[in-house]
Amino acid sequence: MRSPVPLLLPVLLIVGWEVAAHFIDNPFILPSLTTVIPILLHPFSDKFTLGTGSLVDNAAVSLFRVALGFALAALIAIPLGIGMGRSALLNNILDATIELLRPIPPLAWVPLALAWFKIGLVSIVFIILIGAFFPILLNTIDGVKSIKRTWVEVALTLGARESDILGKVILHGAAPTIWTGLRVGFGISWMCVVAAEWLPGTTRGLGYLILYAYNFGQTNVIIAGMVIIGIIGIVIDQVFKAGERRWFSWRALER
Amino acid sequence: MTLTIRNITKDFLVPGDQSICALSEITFSVADEEFVSVLGPSGCGKTTLLRIIAGLEYATSGSIEINGEIISGRSPRMAMIFQEYSLYPWRTVRDNVTFGLEVGGMHKSQAREVAQTYLHLVGLDDFADRYPHELSGGMRQRVTVARALAIKPQILLMDEPFGALDAQTRNRLQEELLEIWEKTKKTIIFVTHSVDEAVYLADRLIVLTSRPARVCEVIPIHLARPRDRTGQEFARVRRQVLDLIAQPKCSLQ
Ligand SMILES: Nc1ncnc2c1ncn2[C@@H]1O[C@H](COP(=O)(O)OP(=O)(O)OP(=O)(O)O)[C@@H](O)[C@H]1O
Ligand SMILES: [Mg+2]
Repeated sequence: MRSPVPLLLPVLLIVGWEVAAHFIDNPFILPSLTTVIPILLHPFSDKFTLGTGSLVDNAAVSLFRVALGFALAALIAIPLGIGMGRSALLNNILDATIELLRPIPPLAWVPLALAWFKIGLVSIVFIILIGAFFPILLNTIDGVKSIKRTWVEVALTLGARESDILGKVILHGAAPTIWTGLRVGFGISWMCVVAAEWLPGTTRGLGYLILYAYNFGQTNVIIAGMVIIGIIGIVIDQVFKAGERRWFSWRALER
Repeated sequence: MTLTIRNITKDFLVPGDQSICALSEITFSVADEEFVSVLGPSGCGKTTLLRIIAGLEYATSGSIEINGEIISGRSPRMAMIFQEYSLYPWRTVRDNVTFGLEVGGMHKSQAREVAQTYLHLVGLDDFADRYPHELSGGMRQRVTVARALAIKPQILLMDEPFGALDAQTRNRLQEELLEIWEKTKKTIIFVTHSVDEAVYLADRLIVLTSRPARVCEVIPIHLARPRDRTGQEFARVRRQVLDLIAQPKCSLQ
């Protein structure tokens, strides 16, 4: 049997929460579990969510936005990272600029995004893209740079062209590190979507839902929304980890 | 086909506008189907020499010739087996062997057949679908041999391929290599710093000095094959070689 120790604290927190809720006796500050759980048990119902659509509807909207921004980030960052990892010239040209932009938090781009793309999907996707972009880029560069020189030279002596080296050696050798970048990048874009959905003019999404619920004093809906946001984050992270074990176990096993 | 290494000198530029000389005026020839061992102390420039022959590195001066024709850069007539572990860990054993065939444009199914032939040659038929990390050190080196042979090179450049193996495995792989050499009729340049290994394997030894490496002695090994490592003849030749490389001109300057 697995050790019960990791479950101890969560159970205590839940019990403590319920006890505290009972004494505080103010659902706006701390709603009882009994008002949160029914919402979570009916994820397809819009009965609890103040007419903003069900939890699942809102999650789907958020996921769609994240997928869009994340895919765009990967599409730009992976080729760029491979180029920068392979070419000292390209690295020299871009490195300073990237180091300059990287520390700016994605949410600091919000006003600029609004100015450029107006209110709407494009602005949200842009913020998500910024969030995912740098981890993917930096990991890709790192992965490409850490390719063993021998791997490339073996390919050369076996008659490989530059395109073979890129497609059959670099991409594969760097793949585990790029994958880590994607996992970290996804985590950050998932955080960004919630905040991006607070932008004016948004009418859907989990971020929107919890802010909207706040306006109506529905703290139980806020917490239910937060739980869903957390669950989706964990599930997707686990999917990435499963992919890592499935495809890149060679890296851990390499001797 | 004759391979000639002519007057190869290599200076490496190192930070601070200095250069270190790794190879100095190396000249020797290798005949068709000959097994030549290049013997030299650690760090003398053996790997550098093989890299230049393979076209992975440029010589500061001198040339590499096949049948009197200077070759520049890499030639499909050569394959190299590296000193360090060089299999692609994300490819199965079979797919490691097909790599050179794939990039040469061979159809996947045909490449798999060719790979099977060479895996059979090195005795790894049953391991085609395994990954390199599932193999022992000796098996891995067999795979690199199969991978190199699969592109049908005339010349095999081997850089201390058995250096990291235990003595028993090493001896067995040496025997297997000789069998393969006799079957496939390759020309082999085999780098090592072990006198035993060189005497057991080679038709001829090219002995290098410590850095900068020069050829200080070329020693033909007139021992009938199969050679007996424990025999008196072997011991005598080995003694001769050890005496020759102990001469002042071969020892540390
Ligand atoms: N790219 C390089 N830049 C500078 N110096 C180098 C470079 N490559 C090799 N050298 C130097 O050249 C010398 C010969 O190196 P090389 O690897 O060819 O020796 P080796 O005989 O193969 O050694 P070992 O027995 O350890 O395999 C060494 O002193 C090494 O430091
Ligand atoms: Mg070496």
